[in-house]
Amino acid sequence: MAAIKGISVKSFGLKDNRSALPYLLLAPGLIYLALFFVYPIIALGQMSTKTSSGEIGQYEQSFRFANYVDAFLGSKEQFSRSFIYATIATLLALAIAYPLAYAIAFKSGKWKNVLLVLIVAPFFTSFLLRTIAWKQILGEEGPVIKVLRGVHIISPQTSLTATSFAVVTGLAYNFLPFMTLPLYASLERIDPRTLEASGDLYANVFTTFRKVTLPLSMPGVVAGTLLTFIPAAGDYINAAILGSPSNKMLGNVIDARFFKIVDYPTAAALSFTLMAAILILVTVYIRKAGTEELV
Amino acid sequence: MSNQNSNTNLHKKLAADNSIPAEIKKLISKSLTRRNVLAGVGAAGAAATLAACGGGSGGAADANTVRWANWTLYLDYDSDKKTYPTLDAFEAQTGLKVSYKEDVNDNDEFYGKVQGQLSLGKDIGYDLVVLTDWMAARWVRLNYAQKFSAENMPNKKNVIPSLASPSFDPNREQTLPWQTIMGGFTWNKEKIKGGIRTMDQLFAPANKGKIEVLSEMRDTMGVIMLAQGVDITKFTEDQFMNAIDFLQKKISDGFIRQVKGNDYKEDMISGDAIAVIGWSGDAFQLATENDGKFDFAIPDSGGTISSDNFMIPTPSTNAAGAEKLMNYYYDPVVAAKVAAYVNYVCPVAGAQEELLKIDPALGKSEFIFPTAKTSAKLSIFRGLTAAEETKFQTAFQTAAGNA
Repeated sequence: MAAIKGISVKSFGLKDNRSALPYLLLAPGLIYLALFFVYPIIALGQMSTKTSSGEIGQYEQSFRFANYVDAFLGSKEQFSRSFIYATIATLLALAIAYPLAYAIAFKSGKWKNVLLVLIVAPFFTSFLLRTIAWKQILGEEGPVIKVLRGVHIISPQTSLTATSFAVVTGLAYNFLPFMTLPLYASLERIDPRTLEASGDLYANVFTTFRKVTLPLSMPGVVAGTLLTFIPAAGDYINAAILGSPSNKMLGNVIDARFFKIVDYPTAAALSFTLMAAILILVTVYIRKAGTEELV
Repeated sequence: MSNQNSNTNLHKKLAADNSIPAEIKKLISKSLTRRNVLAGVGAAGAAATLAACGGGSGGAADANTVRWANWTLYLDYDSDKKTYPTLDAFEAQTGLKVSYKEDVNDNDEFYGKVQGQLSLGKDIGYDLVVLTDWMAARWVRLNYAQKFSAENMPNKKNVIPSLASPSFDPNREQTLPWQTIMGGFTWNKEKIKGGIRTMDQLFAPANKGKIEVLSEMRDTMGVIMLAQGVDITKFTEDQFMNAIDFLQKKISDGFIRQVKGNDYKEDMISGDAIAVIGWSGDAFQLATENDGKFDFAIPDSGGTISSDNFMIPTPSTNAAGAEKLMNYYYDPVVAAKVAAYVNYVCPVAGAQEELLKIDPALGKSEFIFPTAKTSAKLSIFRGLTAAEETKFQTAFQTAAGNA
């Protein structure tokens, strides 16, 4: 406190103390990160190498790094499923969000703000409720299945819920705004004169899109895909509510290890492995996408 | 209110809180020394956030409030007025407030949420919890449940003889049954006309993909093992694993849609599930609320029986209030009112006579007051060692796709 007082009252503006200001400004963020990120991560790391001390839920440190191998081998299936589902959901969200963001950025005129509010509106209700609503929509009594059965696209025995279809569409739906908003932000920034110039140089609309719009919107694509893929890969709500036992993702395994089996070390090891895997994938992706300057 | 006062209180709270690392305590203490209102508010916020970290959702401790965590559809409820009549009567009678939360969906899940605090002796946000026998046994073993004071609970003597002395708490000093549950088959009568009495009928081809089983391992595995002719009061590991193979096969063949906690009821209502290994009382409540659409039966090969027990978590500071509440629900007149709604086996002696007065048909229900003949079809899943618990639960979760 004395430090803050010192700055604000006595020495604000003095040259030798000015260098401390950025750190003070950073302090709230750093303390927050230390409390809610660094400390839990350290605790998680410590937990991940513990072994059972005999009683349920009680573990002692034995630096057993083989926990990681066991944890990974025990849930390879859910591991790969998490990444496959997250990838498909990300591509699906991109396919839906790009035209949407494009339309809002270039074609919406006075409706622009209304449309943006509509994109964000689902956030006014909880993630959980939206997923449960999705279950109602796809469920037995829901409208989708009635229409699809009515036109004989699916048989009366086929369900839409408790399938990988439901989980992936749920993921794509839930993270759609995370894809749309960065895309919109980067599309909106495109100078219309570049598009006109492209036309003047005899490029047709497709060439203009391929050579001008898409490259200029790449930062949005990269940011959007990351913001969708990362949470989707770690998600467990969609698989728990919309999936069957054969659609479980790694998040469900971690949940069950923590809360059902009370096996904290395996859960912690899996959390770390998931973080590492996501970090590697994202690094490779950013390098490939050539947008290092973004991150 | 003076800022100084609230600061002193916060200091005390902070000093008593073992879960907060010393460095962070120092940081918060430092900020508390400021005579600045704004800082005081901010720090109080930070301390509250820290205190709330990972805690239950029953709210902060308060001598006038009993924070009670129970399972869903487990207390008489007036859906028109959106109130719990017996609970309101208790509040009017005693002047105590009850914060009633349907926060228990699954024993393991609930334990996973509060275990950290319990092991540190920290308030979990509840003064009264309701958990199943085997979990209650674990709480007693780990000293997570307070001893009741007998003078607050004269009605405790009303517990029916068959439940008066379980092995984990022979004199019912730390646990008291709330309701007793039968595990068996529940089905949608509109979709399955003939009903379900056997495993083959449950897994009939017509039900494929619309069957759910409980995530409560003991009920699901108990019913399966009983169908395989196994005595669940003394089964072996091989017998358990055989039953796991059966479950695994039904899941991978797509017969079983999901393995769920108490929330299987939503899927029964929506029609996503039409047949389940479920709990007796749920079925009757579902039937009442949905024009008699559902029915329940104890499997021909036998069903499971277990009790959910009241317990006062060790860190609770309102044991007296919780004891008064338990005592109230052990009054046969009140117990009868609850039984009429929840339809589970009532553990209170004298409640049958009272229920016969309210509703003669229900008073004769085999599922609330089982006769010796019905009881003979029900068995209790045997106790597991800690090692078995982990091993069996892992196998069960693996079958459920969770490991």
